[in-house]
Amino acid sequence: MTEAALDTGITAGASRGLWGEAARRFLHHRLATVGLVVLTIIVLACIFAPLIAHYGPNDIDLRGRNQPPGGVHWLGTDGTGRDIFARILYGGRISLSVGFIAVAISAAIGIFVGAVAGYFGGKVDLFLMGLIDMVLTFPRLVIIIAFVAVVGPSILNTMLVIGLLSWPSIARLTRGEILSLRNQEFILAARSLGTSPSVIILEHILPNVLSPILVAITLDVATVILLEASLSFLGLGAQAPAASWGNMLRDARTLSILESQPWMWIPPGAMIAIAVLSINFVGDGLRDALDPQHIIGGGGK
Amino acid sequence: MMHADTLARDKVEAAGQRPLLDVQGLSVAFGPEGRAVYAVNDVSFQLAEGESLAIVGESGSGKSVTMQTLMGLIRKPPGRVTSGRALFRGRDLLAMPDSELRQICGRDIAMIFQDPMSSLNPVLTIGLQLTEALREHQGLSEREAERQALDMLDLVGIANAAQRMQAFPHQFSGGQLQRIGIAMALVCKPSILIADEPTTALDVTIQAQIVELVARLQKELGMAIIWISHDLSLVAGFVERVAVMYAGSLVETAPVERLFAAPTHPYTIGLLNSIPSLTAANTRLVPIKGAPPNVTLPPTFCAFAPRCDHAVARCREAKPVLEPVVSGHAAACWRWRELQGLPRTPEAVMATARASGAAPNEPLLTVSGLKVHFPIRRGVLRRQVGAVRAVDGVSFEVLRGETLALVGESGCGKSTTGRAVLGLERPSEGEILFEGKDYAEATAERLKERRRDMQMVFQNPFASLNPRMTVGRIIGEGLRAQKIGTRTSREARVSDLLALVGLREALRDRYPFELSGGQRQRVGIARALAGSPKFIIADEPISALDVSIQAQIVNLLDDLKTRLGLTYLFIGHDLSMIRYLSDRVAVMYLGRIVETGSTAAVFGTPLHPYTRALLSAIPVPDPKAGGTRRRIVLGGGVPDPSKPPSGCHFHPRCPKATEICAKVAPEPRDFGSSASGQHLVTCHHAGEV
Amino acid sequence: MLSYLLRKLLLGVPVLFGVTIIVFAIAHAMPGDAVLAMITAEAPSSEELIAMRRGELGLDQPLYIQYLNWIGQILHGNLGRSFVNGRSVAAIIGERLPMTLELMGVALLAAFVIGTTLGVISALRQYRLTDYSLTLGGFVGVSIPDFFMGLLLVYVFALELRWLPSSGISTAGDSFSLADNLRHLILPAAALALFRAAIFMRYARAGMLEVLNQSYMRTARAKGLKPSTIVLRHGLRNALIPLVTVFGLALPTLFGGSVVIETIFQWPGIGLMFIDAVVNRDSPVIMGYVLITAIIVMLANLATDLAYSVLDPRVSYD
Repeated sequence: MTEAALDTGITAGASRGLWGEAARRFLHHRLATVGLVVLTIIVLACIFAPLIAHYGPNDIDLRGRNQPPGGVHWLGTDGTGRDIFARILYGGRISLSVGFIAVAISAAIGIFVGAVAGYFGGKVDLFLMGLIDMVLTFPRLVIIIAFVAVVGPSILNTMLVIGLLSWPSIARLTRGEILSLRNQEFILAARSLGTSPSVIILEHILPNVLSPILVAITLDVATVILLEASLSFLGLGAQAPAASWGNMLRDARTLSILESQPWMWIPPGAMIAIAVLSINFVGDGLRDALDPQHIIGGGGK
Repeated sequence: MMHADTLARDKVEAAGQRPLLDVQGLSVAFGPEGRAVYAVNDVSFQLAEGESLAIVGESGSGKSVTMQTLMGLIRKPPGRVTSGRALFRGRDLLAMPDSELRQICGRDIAMIFQDPMSSLNPVLTIGLQLTEALREHQGLSEREAERQALDMLDLVGIANAAQRMQAFPHQFSGGQLQRIGIAMALVCKPSILIADEPTTALDVTIQAQIVELVARLQKELGMAIIWISHDLSLVAGFVERVAVMYAGSLVETAPVERLFAAPTHPYTIGLLNSIPSLTAANTRLVPIKGAPPNVTLPPTFCAFAPRCDHAVARCREAKPVLEPVVSGHAAACWRWRELQGLPRTPEAVMATARASGAAPNEPLLTVSGLKVHFPIRRGVLRRQVGAVRAVDGVSFEVLRGETLALVGESGCGKSTTGRAVLGLERPSEGEILFEGKDYAEATAERLKERRRDMQMVFQNPFASLNPRMTVGRIIGEGLRAQKIGTRTSREARVSDLLALVGLREALRDRYPFELSGGQRQRVGIARALAGSPKFIIADEPISALDVSIQAQIVNLLDDLKTRLGLTYLFIGHDLSMIRYLSDRVAVMYLGRIVETGSTAAVFGTPLHPYTRALLSAIPVPDPKAGGTRRRIVLGGGVPDPSKPPSGCHFHPRCPKATEICAKVAPEPRDFGSSASGQHLVTCHHAGEV
Repeated sequence: MLSYLLRKLLLGVPVLFGVTIIVFAIAHAMPGDAVLAMITAEAPSSEELIAMRRGELGLDQPLYIQYLNWIGQILHGNLGRSFVNGRSVAAIIGERLPMTLELMGVALLAAFVIGTTLGVISALRQYRLTDYSLTLGGFVGVSIPDFFMGLLLVYVFALELRWLPSSGISTAGDSFSLADNLRHLILPAAALALFRAAIFMRYARAGMLEVLNQSYMRTARAKGLKPSTIVLRHGLRNALIPLVTVFGLALPTLFGGSVVIETIFQWPGIGLMFIDAVVNRDSPVIMGYVLITAIIVMLANLATDLAYSVLDPRVSYD
């Protein structure tokens, strides 16, 4: 072809590919990298709690009740002589797994409902969106508390109730993304090439809606951890003697503990904040790394 | 360093005064050292009182940044002025404190912007936005400011100004908004008006209105104008002097006649060669090779060298400065003296006039009575309350081997027509015969079958490629969808296609975001060609591309047509390009075709009043034509397609409309001869003397 | 305008209908009912007595009849009686609602004003230290749970520094005074506000940054207007529009937050009442609370919609 010579384009250098590019952008985000490292440490510490902590979460040291942090009990002990450090690690297992599992449940429902509404449109969409608006007007924590009052407080119920009541925001996001994609020229192009609807959904729509959803899901994990903490703090989540970061703070409702034994409640509270902060950093980094703007390009003039 | 801007200087010296604006060695960079973008490099020019200067360049040439820097509009950081002065009546705009610059901006130097929709504040009334500069700079009372604003609205041609003062921007059309934007810039009677591509977002007939308005106001108010544009043809008609920018540097500056008659810099020559001229039709376009550079390298060499046919080692080692060619004409090129003797257009190209196919007459596609109406639904129950009549009874034929161009302004229904032909929109009514078979009502299966023969090239090379697929997968998508060939044969076919559209094999595994606009559009073309179709619908395939790239794509489409024996339906609004590449033209207005005929007939003897107005609005790349051409400027804008006017849709804007036009929709009549072929015109008054 | 309001209100009817069904379902699914609650409180129970009382209260009728009866009662302003102390739920709520509204209102207003101001400042100082610190502070703000924030505030300001009271709405024994009440309000309102201020800040920053990049801001600067005029008249008006939505979304979470905060500070609002009711399985009170929060949230959403159309002339009323 005579014009082949014209293609002296701008593509010098090796291609990093899409994921390489995203990873580079993520790692470039300093806070996100810090968040990822901290989060990984926390998760690993909780998983390998038995190897790290010298005590079980419910082991009682009768001689050492209400001990301030020190050599034997790194973070001190509580009123019944349980090791705070051990309880934080084991409690993290509960707090984090509630976060991850509840979000997995709500994401599965949310993506499905959103995809159905976005794809089919029309009356189905109208009905589902009405439902979603209704659920979203409810104060989430209030309705979760009400449900817990019915089914009774337990870790499993907490996960289920949070998971089953948290899907609408993801559904709404998925639907919006699909609707805006449906009119993109590259979808039209695929249709004009005779690509079947199932392939269009799989190859064109899903990969493109995935990144905003991934970001939303990540940030949701943070929110759900906060939610679980509130529930447990109110005594409606994880039940004693099991530890979770939220219910460890229950002791602080007593003014004397609040005032004179801060090691009992500040560490679990700080752990919640640190874990949630790390997840928020990671989510923010993902948002930047997966931002479609840089792969869709400058968009002309 | 020599900054030749002798014309202005001559003019200034003759008048015995210093220049109104004197920019010296301006350089602007964005971002931190090391990762900087060098947006403006050592730019110098002068502007005399009352002079009109055009700064022309492609996207990224630094033309807007230059002007915004003068006005203090670039954000710092990341922007930095790394050197230079800009003297306005002797005072350096770049050195003065912000509070002082503010006194000058809006009062002495005013600016109008590209997109009138987004450059007015959506939540404030236009009255407030018009008066605030007056009150700020001249301390007028509210009432006095309003009075002056009203006068200005009258001057720019906004009817009912007093009532419209309370309206918000979304209540106006694009053309009206740009008029308001101009009024807003001119309320303080500035001595310089900077117009930053003010017509680019507008349709060609509206563009003509705005250009005429600004030219008239310049005379009436006696101000100087700097008109920023990517379109040499547009500015040819009404400015005195042109400065051409490339990659942040001024490469040539000359009086407008001189620039068109004796362009000196290879880039200017290249630009002129890549726009079709209305006078010499059918000479093949000569594109500039390659793509505009990304300006991330320090400007230590001639930025145009990689795309220049005449570049030598020196060009890549040192940056040329502007040198005077003759008085008032300067160019920044190491080799301009040697190149002056060379013919402006390479002779080899002159000889190969555009191939036009053998006279075709067998219809490949016949569309009759096509209507596409989109329902408008409102309320909770989504009841249909009306319809947008995007396509409202369109009939045409595309003959085998020809290029039929479907022309019209935005919203006329040309793209919808194209999509309906391909089966992407379901027609509400009408018949679409391809090779004699109707498939307006076809099932999905039969449509799929048609897709092998008929394909589409889309407008936006950014949006039409899936950002998460590699080039190879994008091109092969049609083959996979149609289950053509085996995996290996499909791979081989993709390689062939890459070569066919002039892309390197190495790009196969790249993602769209790694390609330039021109490369993406080539991918889009390769994708359409994958299944060896007979018929291609090209939906504004070049309108999102830079001028120098447009010619590359047009030539590519042209070559492919000859080589593969294709038939094109080319949808577009750039009339000079359409005249260049089409065999026949159909002009659309508000959902209907108003005139169809051979390109020569429609452009030579247009019979419909709308076609005439449209053609007269095309900017011509010839400064001499500007004065002599009679321009028909249409009033108003295109009506809402959900409430089209009665009878002939064009009658409210038509200079020839009579009573009958408002009542009866005209039928197409043939005014063609045996020589010119069919020439259908849908107008009651066509052919009247 | 009026018809727009009416239509919006009408749209709320099916939502409210859905809410009542959910509330009723929750109450019905709760172990224990009014009769059992009363009877355990009164005398030794007998099967006959229980059956008789059930008949009196209509609890032996089919579910949908019970539901309709309940709706009928609600429409008459009767939310039933607390199982625990037998008082009218409507009366309890009427007594406690003002406390909660005071707490939530002050917190929301403070969060909005502080958050928006900081967000706008942050946007205007983009790429500078102020922006980085505020953004980081915002991240920390949305990561600290309400109740932990509340405990920290009590620990520092009430217990260590002894500047402010740690709980209640007024000093016990003293006669009620507004100043005293406001002193008690500071800590719980701050605990509730900080998290939300961080959210408002993030959205205000993002909104303002987007607005700053709009070309009408460039137009305003090209006119040579004063920076304050540009930011306040041209920027803020536009940046506030998306914040209205955030404001609307913050309301429901505020109810959740107030439940926790009222518990910590023993603030005698409806949140504390709700938690007590949940612990005591006092279903009429739970139902009343959920219903009243849903209605308040809906009315607030309506107000948000109106605010939207006031701020943005592009929103039409049809």
